[in-house]
Amino acid sequence: MIRLEHVSKTYPASARPALDDVTVDIEKGEFVFLVGSSGSGKSTFLRLLLKEETPTAGSVHVAGKDLARLSHWKVPALRRSIGCVFQDFRLLPNKNVFQNVAFALEVIGKPHHQISKVVPEVLDLVGLEGKSQRMPDELSGGEQQRVAVARAFVNRPMILIADEPTGNLDPSTSVGIMKLLDRINRTGTTVVMATHDAAIVDSMRRRVVELSMGKVVRDQTRGVYGYGA
Amino acid sequence: MRASFVLSEIGIGLRRNLTMTIAGVVTVAISLAIFGAGLLAQRQVSAMKDFWYDKVEVSMYLCGDGSKGANCNGSAVTDEQRSQLLQEVSANPLVAKVYYESQQQAFENFKKQFKGSPDLVQNVTPDALPESLRVKLKDPTKYEDLASAFRDSPGVEEIQDQKALLDPFFRVLRRLQLVAWVVAAIQILAAVLLIGNTIRVAAFSRRRETGIMRLVGASNLYIQLPFLLEGVLVGIVGAAFAAAGLAALKAVLVDRLLKPMLKFTAFVGWRDVIAIVPWLFIVGVALTGISSFFTLRRHLRV
Repeated sequence: MIRLEHVSKTYPASARPALDDVTVDIEKGEFVFLVGSSGSGKSTFLRLLLKEETPTAGSVHVAGKDLARLSHWKVPALRRSIGCVFQDFRLLPNKNVFQNVAFALEVIGKPHHQISKVVPEVLDLVGLEGKSQRMPDELSGGEQQRVAVARAFVNRPMILIADEPTGNLDPSTSVGIMKLLDRINRTGTTVVMATHDAAIVDSMRRRVVELSMGKVVRDQTRGVYGYGA
Repeated sequence: MRASFVLSEIGIGLRRNLTMTIAGVVTVAISLAIFGAGLLAQRQVSAMKDFWYDKVEVSMYLCGDGSKGANCNGSAVTDEQRSQLLQEVSANPLVAKVYYESQQQAFENFKKQFKGSPDLVQNVTPDALPESLRVKLKDPTKYEDLASAFRDSPGVEEIQDQKALLDPFFRVLRRLQLVAWVVAAIQILAAVLLIGNTIRVAAFSRRRETGIMRLVGASNLYIQLPFLLEGVLVGIVGAAFAAAGLAALKAVLVDRLLKPMLKFTAFVGWRDVIAIVPWLFIVGVALTGISSFFTLRRHLRV
């Protein structure tokens, strides 16, 4: 589903590469934690998958497509097959829960009848039934992140990318979000999650890829956050 | 593409920075109105040319008793010279029409022209007025060709082009038109920059939305079209105001003020105004569209 081969990325302004000869292979349906300290290259890794950045060397394959050969106008199609969740939720403050999720479908031209059918389904899935008319500022952090997950998942992407989705949430709320991501993963969606949260990684016992200074220093099938950390 | 989505996005965008939108509309309207006024001035010049060039003639004055012209030898034109001239002039390819005006006819015309000043008429006798050939040219601008051909012919005292009297007037109109072009060009530049800035502000104020649109895989067209149409809409509204302004200019300045004052000439009609209006819209849409397009390329990377 995702394959990085000897990928390096050096930003023009910095001497040290953000990613240095990274090779990672992620199968369909896997749940992968991407761990490492700030500046270790996690965000660059995720941005490469979305073709928001292009690698300086090496090749990136996502959903069977070589991103280097993907023409500019096909990038939107790639992004439709990838859902994204962020630490800061990124909801539209002037739209209610329903409208926020519907927005993701409207802007890719989905017809109205389909939107009004699919959005309530996905809101049920993330546990927000009955809250579709709420505005984002009326929701708790955990609920806002559920809206963001609903928006990322409403188009049924093959891959879900989560960049520190629990970074702004307290531990018990984080568990709820992780259960949700786990449930999404069980529908066959590949999940790649960058995180700093050791407790979550340890409790989930999933594959862990650790980056340090742009290099893969650990790739464990059922890993924990860090050795003895 | 869902029209309702695009339309609501445009509405949101225009309302969000209403002041910039109004500023954009006003600048576009003013620049296009001046541009239109320039076009109207051009049409005014050609309307006047059509009117006057149709009437102007070249007067070929013939020698009379005691004429001092070089071709006269101090004596009046002979019958032979006169018929020779008449024949040569009417055979000339430049000439559309020629007729002869005798001293008596010249006197009648003179009396008619100056019937308001009887003193003047009383002091003039037919003998004092020269006989002439009145020549109508096929192309009124070709005066010099005709004059050089007949200037030295025996019996011709002087050749005079009535068009020469009008030329300074046309020169003034042309200058006014030039001034209008320059002012319009400066205004249009200002409008283009302002539209660009309006679109930039709009793109910035909606960066959250466009960021999400990019993320969920909206196409470039979907992301950029609302902004582009916003700019073009400003252009269309501006052009509409400019067209109204131009119509007001024609109705008030031309029809109410100038026409009653200057009865001797032709003026631009509604037909001319209507011919200009599409250009206002074309220029308005093109300018704002191009300006928005390039702004978006720079500030709305996808």
